[in-house]
Parts: sequence; C-alpha cells; structure tokens
Amino acid sequence: MTSSSVIRSSAAARAADGRVPWRSRLTRADMKYAPYFFIAPFFVLFLVFGAFPLVYTGWVSLHDWHLIGDHTFVWFDNYTALFSDPDFWNALKNTVGIFVLATVPQLLMALSVANLLNRKIRARTFFRMGVLIPNVTSVAAVGIVFGQLFARDVGLVNYVITAFGLDAVDWQANWWSSWIAIAVMVDWRWTGYNTLILLGAMQAIPKDLYESASLDGAAPWQQFWRITVPLLRPTLVFTVIISTIGGLQLFTEPVIFGNGRMLGGTLGQFQTVTMYMYETAFQRFQYGYGAAIAWSLFGLIVVFSLINLLIVRRAAR
Amino acid sequence: MSQTKRFLAVTVAAVTAMSMVGACSKNTDTKPAADGQVNLVVDTFGDFGYKALVAQYQTDHPNVKVELRSVQKLDDYKPKLTQYLAAGTGAGDVVALEEGILNEFKTQPQNFVNLLDQGAADQQANFLPWKWELGRVGADGPLIGLGTDVGGLAVCYRKDLFAKAKLPTDREAVSKLWPTWDEFITTGKKFTAANTGAKGFVDSVTTSFSAMLSQAGDTNFYDRDNKLIADSNPVVRQAWDTSMKMVSEGVSAKIATWSKDWEAGFKNGSFAVTMCPSWMLGIIKTNSGAANAGKWDVAAVPGGGGNWGGSWLAVPTQSKHPKEAYELAKFLTSPEGQVAAFKEAGPLPSSPKALDDPAFLALTNDYFSNAPVGKIFGEGAKSLKPVVLGPKHQAVKERAFEPAMQAVEQGKLTPDKAWQQALKSAVKEAK
Repeated sequence: MTSSSVIRSSAAARAADGRVPWRSRLTRADMKYAPYFFIAPFFVLFLVFGAFPLVYTGWVSLHDWHLIGDHTFVWFDNYTALFSDPDFWNALKNTVGIFVLATVPQLLMALSVANLLNRKIRARTFFRMGVLIPNVTSVAAVGIVFGQLFARDVGLVNYVITAFGLDAVDWQANWWSSWIAIAVMVDWRWTGYNTLILLGAMQAIPKDLYESASLDGAAPWQQFWRITVPLLRPTLVFTVIISTIGGLQLFTEPVIFGNGRMLGGTLGQFQTVTMYMYETAFQRFQYGYGAAIAWSLFGLIVVFSLINLLIVRRAAR
Repeated sequence: MSQTKRFLAVTVAAVTAMSMVGACSKNTDTKPAADGQVNLVVDTFGDFGYKALVAQYQTDHPNVKVELRSVQKLDDYKPKLTQYLAAGTGAGDVVALEEGILNEFKTQPQNFVNLLDQGAADQQANFLPWKWELGRVGADGPLIGLGTDVGGLAVCYRKDLFAKAKLPTDREAVSKLWPTWDEFITTGKKFTAANTGAKGFVDSVTTSFSAMLSQAGDTNFYDRDNKLIADSNPVVRQAWDTSMKMVSEGVSAKIATWSKDWEAGFKNGSFAVTMCPSWMLGIIKTNSGAANAGKWDVAAVPGGGGNWGGSWLAVPTQSKHPKEAYELAKFLTSPEGQVAAFKEAGPLPSSPKALDDPAFLALTNDYFSNAPVGKIFGEGAKSLKPVVLGPKHQAVKERAFEPAMQAVEQGKLTPDKAWQQALKSAVKEAK
C-alpha cells in the first residue's frame, strides 16, 4: 500500500467521523496538492509552447497548406516528396558537415581549456567568467562581425591571407570555405559555454584521486586521460547532446553570413535544414511542406543524439 | 505563515502563472477610446518618406494617432506580413505591398478591404492608368491597393572614378556614352582598361539584368495567363545573354548586391556605376557616407526608361478602423503626398499630377552633385509601360536567376550550366 492511499483511507475514515477540523483538512489538501501547483507552471508552459506546437506541426505536415490560402489533407505526400528532394538532401549534407566541422574541435577545445582553468592560476575567476563572454554576445552581432571578417574584398581574414602572399578566398563561393567560416563563428560562441560546464564537472572530481595517482607516478597527461576524462563521461554526454541539438538547428550564423538571405550561397553551399524550412514555409508559403521538414529535423536530432550517446559512452569507457 | 495562508498563496501563485501564459497573446490596443481617439499603424519596408507627412496628418486630424513601423528589408517584411494575415491579427491598418508581393496576395483578395467600398473610385484620375489597374484584382474585381511609387530608372556613377579613367564626367555627356547596353559594355571595357583601382565598372550584373527586364515592357517570366515562360521568352534570354557578356568582358566587379562587400564598395569606390531606380538614391547615399558627398551623379540608363519596382498601400480586413485607414492611405498617396515622399526618401510618384507638379520637377539632390532628379526620373515616368508580373515573379528573379548569375561571377558555373540551373529553380519557385 502506498503512503498516499494511507492518507486517503484515514482521511475518509475521519471524514465519516465528521469531526475533522476544517483547518487540518486544508493542511492535508495543501500537503497533497501544493507540489503539483508548484510544478504546474512548467508543465503548462511546456504544453502551450512545447507539446502543442509539436503536435500541431505534425498535423500541418499532413496537409498541402498554403500559409494564407487553402488547406488540403494529403496524408504523407509531403514526406515522400521530401525524400526525393535534392535541395533537402543538400541542406542536410551542409548541416551535418558544418555540425561535425564545428562540434569536434569545439568540444576538444572546451575540454583542454577547462583543464587549464582547473589549475591553480592567477585571476582564475576572471578567466572563468571571460570564456563565457562570447556566449552572452548577441548572435546577430556575432554574425555581423564575422560576416565582415570573412568578406571577400574588405574582410580582415583575406587581408591577413594576402599579406602572407596567398590568394584571397571568396568565402561564400565554395562549400568548404563557407563551412569553415560558419564553424568558426559557432565555435567562438559556444566553446566557452561548454568549457564552464566541463569545468564544473572537473571540480567535482575528488582531489585525493589525483594525489594517489601522483604518488603512483602518473604523469599529468596520464591523469587527464585516465582519471579526468572517464569521470567526466556523464557531463561529456550532456555537452555532446546539447551541441548536437544546437548544431542541427543551426540558423542565424549562416543566414547572416549569407547577407540575411535563406538561399545559403549561390548554389546552396551553406543552406542548412532550418534555412530550407524557413524558406519553404515563410518565403514560398508552403507551410505543410515546411512542417514536414521540421518534423524530419526533429527525428534526425533524436537519431543523432542517440548515435552520439553510443559513441561517447563507448569512447569514454 | 499559517497553513491556510500558505495554501492560498500557492493557489494564487499557480493561477497567476497559468493566466500569464494566456495574457501574452492578447492585443488590447486596437479599440477606440471613449474620446474617439483612433490609433493607426502603417507598415512599410525601407524608407517610404512618410515621417513629415504623418506628422502633418496628425496635426490636421487631432483624433488620429499614427505609428510608422518599418522593416529594413523586403525579404524580412514579406514573411512577417504573411504571418499577420494568416493569424488574422498583428498587421498594420495600412500596409505597403511591393509589386511582387501584391501579385502574390492578389490570389487571396479576401485578406484586404475593397477600397472601392470606401469610395476610392473618385481617386482614379490621380494615378497613372496602369498603376490603378494593377491595384485591382482583374478588371472588375475589388481594388486592394492605392499606388505609391513607380520605378523610374537611371544609372548612378562616380564622377571621380570616371575622371581617373579619362571618361567624361558631365551627366549629359555620360548619358550619351551608352544609348544601348552594348555601348555600355564598351564604356565599361574602356574604364577597366584604365586601371583606376576599382574592382570593376558595374557592381554586379544582377541589377543590370533587372533593369533590362523592366525595360522590356509586356512580359518577363510569366505570360498573361500566369504561365511560366522563362525558358521561352526571348526577353529573358536577351537580358541573360547581355548580362553574361558583361561577366565575360570583365566589366562586372562581381560584388553581390546587398552584401558586406557591396555596402563597403560604395565607400571604397570598388565600382564606378550602379543601376539606380529612384528609390536606390537613398541607399547609395547611406552606404557611401558623408565623405563621398558630391562624388556621385545620375545619368540616363542604357536602352531607355524602364519600370523597376513600385508599391501600393492596402488596408487589411483585420484592421479595426478600415474607414480611417483608407483616409490615411488616400492622403499618403495623394499627389501632394507623393511629392513630399519623393523629397524625403526618393520613391518616384505614380500620380500624373505629381509628375507634372513644378515643385516636383524642380527638385534636385545635393548629395548627387545637385542632379535634377525630379526632371531625370520624372521625364520618362508617364510613358512607362507596366511589365506583366506573374504571381511568383519576384521569387523567380531573386531566388532562381540572380543566384545563378552570381554563381557565374564566382566562377562556379559556366553560363550554360547556370541557365539550366536558373530554369530548374524557376520551376520550383513557381510551383
């Protein structure tokens, strides 16, 4: 018998008795329901802004839905069309490519910076807070500044490159150069964020582990790979999944890099899935098709997170 | 705190949290107050030159309060407005519709007030006949938009760079350099041969392509039955071939319009000329900055006048004050309103009365070496022929043809491959 049913049966017994004071009944109701009220705001907000849009988008994706026109139910036609749409596959290729290009160095950098910050250095708090500054910068400002850095004729990066006697790069024109430029923007912004999370986890590792390792003669790098990394596993999984979700939804950086247009370059070199979704739904007004892209992206993120989870678990074992 | 009080506090907190969720979406600002005060919102993209006009309107109509909302880029404005229309709330009481949007929204005329019901018929004489007709859905349908501006065409050029290249700098003489597009290219070759330090003669070929299409009159990508004819219309092919020639002759600076390099290019003198429909003057001035005042001038466009761009003002049916909104739109599009807007921001009037107005004809632009812009842009305006634009004209031009041309400029595609690519994308956009 669970504890709540104990309360209920005894309450019922006393209610039958008819002599339970009003005040104690309120107290009991308070104990029972107050927790639900406390957590209610989250669930109400989640239902309104999380679950409902998700389900509704699924419903829209089964329609031929013009944003300000007709809605016709078409079953899964949008999805079958999507799988034979070369533009969607191109966007997917770009998204995954930029994601890999950005996330792998990002997490490695975050890990090493966190390791440095975990030592006894001067002005520790200053540096620890400092790594987070890029993250609180407005993403639009980041895009504008980096868009200027990577401009073909007036960009600082090309200025440096040509100073070394190399040819200027038309950053937007090639797939590889545009991916690098966007990955740099993403890394600049998110490395510090992951650093702080990893640093927090590092500080939770008991110091005596390191002390005994030192006594056994383990070099610092051995301590890092044998103690720090394995014990960081749950946190690494967390950062990987957060980066996966963020990386697959990449939108603002490539949009601003492409002068605010959804095309992602002349031949879609850096059009991501979210850009393609926006273009379809809000520029071509094919709302149903856009919703199908959104749901496919949702599925992809789930799949990618699971794959990452497996890889990270295995690698850190 | 007693138990009862705690219970009450929790309940109140939970209810407040839940009701807050509901409260966000409510728009309470649209009802007229008891004293007959009316709040109107005007939505435009870019600068329509309405600031002074609105101030005047509020002085003349003390019970009306007008808020001007402007989104810089048409690309951002259009999805926003569409979402407002789809949601049935949020749009301004008066909204600007650019020619491309207008055609797309005409397929859903139920979203807009029929201005004829508000008595707009008596305004017809104030507009160029075709401008009036385009605001209507079919010959007998409802009138959803009152014309604002038309896209007069000219070429803006840098006098200092022309002087460096030993080309004439006087605007009459410059205009005589290029009666045709071929002669324009010849001049461009002369310019690039002079090695002035600029990256090219013209910023990019996409703007020239637009200019050529708008000169063609009649049809572009669509025929009169809204069928996509981009692959077979000789007008499109002709404009394409001339643009490709500009690239192959090295006349283009290959700087994509609206890019960071483009904005900086005005300041740095990366190119010597750019196409300028009259609304472009303000953009050139902003990008070039005060340091370059007097270096730009305005000359005639090769191949004769053309009609690039132009907008209408419409009243969405979701407006709570259609009557007052119509009155405001009528005022803003009146001949006097159009002259004032031109003076402030450069959109060329669509009203014959405004175009004949001596005050308009006498207008000059001090930033552009005191060019008589009223005369330059006004002269051909009345003889402009409208281009038949299909529902997705703008999308086909901006998302199919322009990227393909830029890919050629970037050296990513051959002209033939790019043409195939453009047609393929055009079919997708037109779907």
